[in-house]
Amino acid sequence: MKRTTTPPLLIRGADVLGEGTQDVLLVDGRIAAVGTQARDDAPTGTGTLHAEGLVLLPGLVDLHTHLREPGREDAETVESGSQAAAAGGFTAVLAMANTSPVTDTAEIAETVLDLGRRAGYVDVHPVGAVTKGLAGEELAELGLMHRSRARVTVFSDDGRCVHDARLMRRALEYVKAFDGVVSQHAQDPRLADGTACCHEGELSGRLGLPGWPAVAEEVVVARDVMLARHTGSRVHIAHVSTAGSVEVVRWAKKQGIDVTAEVTPHHLMLTQDLLAGYDPTFKVNPPLRPTEDALVLQEALADGTIDIVATDHAPHARQDKEHAFVDAAFGMLGLETALGVVSTLMVQPGRMGWADVARVMSTAPARIARLSTQGQGITPGAPANLTLVDPTRKGTVDRALSKSLSRNNPWHGRELVGAPHLTLLRGRVTAREGLVWGGEA
Amino acid sequence: MKHLLSIADLSAQEITSILDTAVSMHEVQDRDVKKLPTLRGRTIINFFFEDSTRTRSSFEIAGKWMSADTINLTGKGTSVSKGESLRDTVLTIAAMGVDMMIVRHPASGAPQQIAQWVDCSIVNAGDGTHEHPSQALLDAYSLRRALGELTDRHVAIVGDLTHSRVLRSNLLCLRKLGAAVTVVAPPTLMPSGIASWAAADGFAVSYDLDAVLPTVDAVMMLRVQRERMSGGYFPTAKEYAVTYGLTSGRLARLPAHAVIAHPGPMNRGLEISADAADAARSLVLDQVSAGVAVRMSILYHLLAGEGNAQ
Ligand SMILES: [Zn+2]
Repeated sequence: MKRTTTPPLLIRGADVLGEGTQDVLLVDGRIAAVGTQARDDAPTGTGTLHAEGLVLLPGLVDLHTHLREPGREDAETVESGSQAAAAGGFTAVLAMANTSPVTDTAEIAETVLDLGRRAGYVDVHPVGAVTKGLAGEELAELGLMHRSRARVTVFSDDGRCVHDARLMRRALEYVKAFDGVVSQHAQDPRLADGTACCHEGELSGRLGLPGWPAVAEEVVVARDVMLARHTGSRVHIAHVSTAGSVEVVRWAKKQGIDVTAEVTPHHLMLTQDLLAGYDPTFKVNPPLRPTEDALVLQEALADGTIDIVATDHAPHARQDKEHAFVDAAFGMLGLETALGVVSTLMVQPGRMGWADVARVMSTAPARIARLSTQGQGITPGAPANLTLVDPTRKGTVDRALSKSLSRNNPWHGRELVGAPHLTLLRGRVTAREGLVWGGEA
Repeated sequence: MKHLLSIADLSAQEITSILDTAVSMHEVQDRDVKKLPTLRGRTIINFFFEDSTRTRSSFEIAGKWMSADTINLTGKGTSVSKGESLRDTVLTIAAMGVDMMIVRHPASGAPQQIAQWVDCSIVNAGDGTHEHPSQALLDAYSLRRALGELTDRHVAIVGDLTHSRVLRSNLLCLRKLGAAVTVVAPPTLMPSGIASWAAADGFAVSYDLDAVLPTVDAVMMLRVQRERMSGGYFPTAKEYAVTYGLTSGRLARLPAHAVIAHPGPMNRGLEISADAADAARSLVLDQVSAGVAVRMSILYHLLAGEGNAQ
């Protein structure tokens, strides 16, 4: 890979993690100095970035992204998804395994890794499938994927639940050898089958849509934390959507079980009533839940029961969404709006500070995925993977402006406050106010 | 009124107006020449993505008797399998110059979605487990003919409520007309959230058919599919028939004036006994013949508007 040298950069007067104004000097892709030192150490030729009023965070890390390549390049490519990620303030994404072919071998994992490097906007880390072809029957080559250049540490059959208890147990045990983690899409397929698409309750009853009961998620979360306790392994619960799941995770953490959990921006902010008009834009798995659940999820994020925000960015081509509701594809876009949603919903009302945002959108996801060059503190020596946020910028989401190839954006027309201003990958600008800058040559 | 998508969109007045017009349409059925010029030059597409001979022929006859050009299309095997979206499929048809599309679709909400994509009138002829508004209107028509005004009349709706679009439309329609409604089924065949739904819309929920029957003016039996047994909704056909079927014994205990309705097709011996189905108080055949009149009235209200009836 050709290395282009990035000129040194002095970020002046940024609010570092929302905790105080500092100057930060970036040299050779790393943080060289912080504070008064920064200006003194700046070599000649250092560019200056006036960042007064902006908040500096470690670059955002998304533990749950669907990039669709290989297989559905009409919906998203690694390149277009990486651009959307950079525009959203991300410096690393974990690309889910449900591509076509499935990422269940070292070769496919390395292909995705290389596509990410070639695009150069964010670090793309492939997630490996837990089972071959996501079929839920035999373990995929977990160890070989880990030993590959892609160094896979996160495994998930996302889109499907690893519902066989014995197989889930084996997967949890097996990944211990290399400190891997299994990310579970919790959905008991007998309680919520593939047609289930609306939170089960009065609304699903009235709309005549197949119900997706909360308990179908909760029984799997409960089982998996018990399996994690039994095996002493790390389990991660993807897109927690119900109050009951939060209760189970809270209990498990109290027991010292090694469980982490994520919530999506849409389960935090959007609720089931959006389904009343049968608009497939709002069809997602697990489904949007009642307001009561969303409120519990917000609380659990604020108090740390839920560790991270993950986007579950799920682009779909137009023709896959423009069907009758039950026939349309599951999923919504999320990379470009995640920060704005967390800012609008949690930071603006004072329920979380920017240091908390750094934890739930960068440090903790990087730690769960064992990424050593992401989610670090803003301290000398750390890689310059950084996001500058404009905490007061208001904007109305316009799906036409997305970097994603798809348009299934549930936030279209909504006003969000707080937006990524600048994204830096190893000291190089990858996105500025929604515009992306050429990838690495 | 441009579309008929859900009974929820109609006021009590609009429902009554459709039922009143249906009375005069019904008279056409007794004429030698069954033809009104009302919809001459209008094109109506029966777009059925799911088989339903009964509903389709009923709409087709209604259209023909009103002189519309009616065309039948089956949407089975189109869209999803060919990689074409539902939106593309209906836009293609609508582009041919159609005044109305009568849509039957196995997916709940499909007619509502289609109405947002095209300019012509859309009639929901049954969508998944959501609604079947023309059926509810013809049921109300039949009940009104048998019982007079439905205000404060008590109707029990019994059977597989979870999977019934007829239930949802009938609940809305009967409540708007002022009837009291009790829904009866085993808990496994009740729609989810039924308790809060009942509280919001003012109807009653019961698991005990014998307790409800003596208080009704009409009982509407819904079809129960035997396949539900394999889904674990109830143990055996025998147990269902004994517990929730309109058996001969229950027929004898119905109030003398009470009538029996069933939107069909019936499972004789499961939800309804043969003697109940064929009883003098059974409205089953009335419902079928009322179907054409009510659908003529619906076409009239959507396409012709006030003052054009002949
Ligand atoms: Zn998932």
